[in-house]
Amino acid sequence: MARFILRRCVTMIWTLAVVSVLVFIIVNLPPGDILSNRIDELMASGEEASVAQARFIAAQYSLDQPLWKQYLIWMGVWPGPNGFSGILQGDLGWSFELDRPVADIVGEAVWMTVVLNFTTIIFVYVFALPLGAIAAVRANTLVDYVATFIGYIGLATPNFLLALVLYNYGAQWFGLPVGGMMGREFSGQPLSWAKILDVLEHLIVPVIVIGTSGMAAMVRRLRANLLDELGKPYVVTAAAKGLPPARAVVKYPLRMALNPFVADIGNMLPQLVSGSVIVSVVMGLQTIGPILLQSLRSQDYFLSGFILLFVSVLTLVGMLVSDILLALLDPRIRFAGRGR
Amino acid sequence: MAPHDPDAHYVSDSPYDPEAERQLIERKDLDYATWVLVWRRFLKNRLAVLSGIFLLAIYIQLPFIDFLSPYSHTVRDDDHLNAPPQPVGIFDGGFIVTYPMTETLDMQTLQRVYTADYDNPQPLRWFASCGAPYSFLGIWESDNHLVCPPEGGTFYPFGTDRLGRDMLSRLMHSARLSLTIGLIGVAISFAIGMVVGGIAGYFGGWVDAIVQRAIEVIRSLPELPIWLALSAAIPAHWGPEAVFFVISIILGLLDWPGLARAVRSKFLALREEEYVRAAELMGASTARIIAAHMMPNFMSHLVASATLSIPAMILGETALSFLGLGLRPPAVSWGLMLNDALTLGQGAITITPWVLWPLAPVILVVLAYNFLGDGIRDALDPYS
Repeated sequence: MARFILRRCVTMIWTLAVVSVLVFIIVNLPPGDILSNRIDELMASGEEASVAQARFIAAQYSLDQPLWKQYLIWMGVWPGPNGFSGILQGDLGWSFELDRPVADIVGEAVWMTVVLNFTTIIFVYVFALPLGAIAAVRANTLVDYVATFIGYIGLATPNFLLALVLYNYGAQWFGLPVGGMMGREFSGQPLSWAKILDVLEHLIVPVIVIGTSGMAAMVRRLRANLLDELGKPYVVTAAAKGLPPARAVVKYPLRMALNPFVADIGNMLPQLVSGSVIVSVVMGLQTIGPILLQSLRSQDYFLSGFILLFVSVLTLVGMLVSDILLALLDPRIRFAGRGR
Repeated sequence: MAPHDPDAHYVSDSPYDPEAERQLIERKDLDYATWVLVWRRFLKNRLAVLSGIFLLAIYIQLPFIDFLSPYSHTVRDDDHLNAPPQPVGIFDGGFIVTYPMTETLDMQTLQRVYTADYDNPQPLRWFASCGAPYSFLGIWESDNHLVCPPEGGTFYPFGTDRLGRDMLSRLMHSARLSLTIGLIGVAISFAIGMVVGGIAGYFGGWVDAIVQRAIEVIRSLPELPIWLALSAAIPAHWGPEAVFFVISIILGLLDWPGLARAVRSKFLALREEEYVRAAELMGASTARIIAAHMMPNFMSHLVASATLSIPAMILGETALSFLGLGLRPPAVSWGLMLNDALTLGQGAITITPWVLWPLAPVILVVLAYNFLGDGIRDALDPYS
């Protein structure tokens, strides 16, 4: 087991390295980011002091270096010029648009993003598992049709559209707080029970919105797998030997059907994270979604670069966890080479 | 004499082969070409057929949108800003009539209130000339429309947006970009997926290993943020057409790993088949083996999975435009129309809920593509 986890971690680390290069290239794609625009402006004014200032800024953020060196400095592998040490050493850089350190801007939003995504995964598991199992055991009954119906809703309505509708009618119909991750009075306050409860209450609508499509897919998958499993002779034997029906389902067939279910969470994660970004924008949640959008618009690349990297890390770590869970569940995977 | 029957049921003496009936059909079916069987099986799936007809219908009308829509998508009516859907009646002094709406300003809430005058029906004009001339299929200039608003009246069955533009006409014009962007995106991802997957599957070894790793990396990226970042990199001074093509390329760029993986695994599996070995032994060239023997075997599966990834692209474009980083006005797409809803904010939508109309075609098209794709996929295996 330890060897499996170790191998999986090594895979994740090099994947991360590749992803960080990709992210760096992407954020450096646009010709003219906010900083070089400012430098050009200063240069254009022609004054000696301005030109010197421009040079200073460029040197401060190592913009006069070749790209590969800029990347290494940004990652914190290569010692940057005075005071800038890079992401790996905890310095996330500087937002030129907002004139604040990136760490300050994303601080709470990062945690809110993690909380939001984590809650969504829990929601998906908690609801998809019983729903899928019941839909399979009671195939072609009302429960099954309800599950199928939810499945089609999840399939058809992209979550940001659902968000748009619920954002406008959620408060009216369900009396739930919509918009924002917490009441206004709690923002910037230290953590307290009241604040946690308030955040949880605000999470209900976004979690449903983000989780529904993923949940729908999981329910369908689990239903199909369990149906296959339920038709097998050993289940009939178990029932014939007098195992109580619930136990006859949970003990063996469900466990077999659970495998793809757990593996799915890894495949679902990128969509989940994507969904959380766009839903946050629509519903005005204080996660990194709106910040990402803003920083991309203004090409504030330390900020957008960090957020893109963070979102990717979130996905990869989630996949790692799902792989480890899968290996715990199914010994065959532990010993059979890499991953799935 | 009937066989031993403990329950003493009546059993017919005549010889009975339970398999006979089924075998008869199968034997007859096996003489048909595969595509006939596939087609027949596809037709059995009502939902898929219906979806296919629906999609075909809306794609066929794309070139004729200028003729079919009552207004152009840019024409503004300053007297009807944010007007609600206009009431429409039938057989009230004409086949289809509209009732004129008059605008008053509610001085308490400062909202525009529209009241319909039901005593004054105005019949629609059919095949009449109205509005600015457009170029019909790029061949001749015309100002004929299938439906024209009544003389001196208006026809806003879906309401108007905040600039007084007809929602119905904009919805119809939006279909052009929203529906084609998915096709272009899929074509691009298809091309990349085929080439990359084919190379990986054919050469194997370290090439395969590299491609596999690349696929893993790209699949683990959250799509939307990357799409956003890429489309944010499109220079602001580019024209709408250029933006359109770049966006469809961006959508295709992240989608190919799934296809490439499918192509690769098919390649690996088919390479071991006897008929490929036979073709090799008879001296067929590699190109011929791939094109004539292997391609037909996995092409259909790829088409099915491509069909299933078109809705994802349509949604991707909608999401990008919706967030303001996709297509740019004066282009018009469903996402761009919804962008208005985003900028309007919460209160405004409850007052003008008809700006959410673009949700309907998006959901319908996505559902239809999903049903169609599922139907094709299920039909592809006629011998099972």
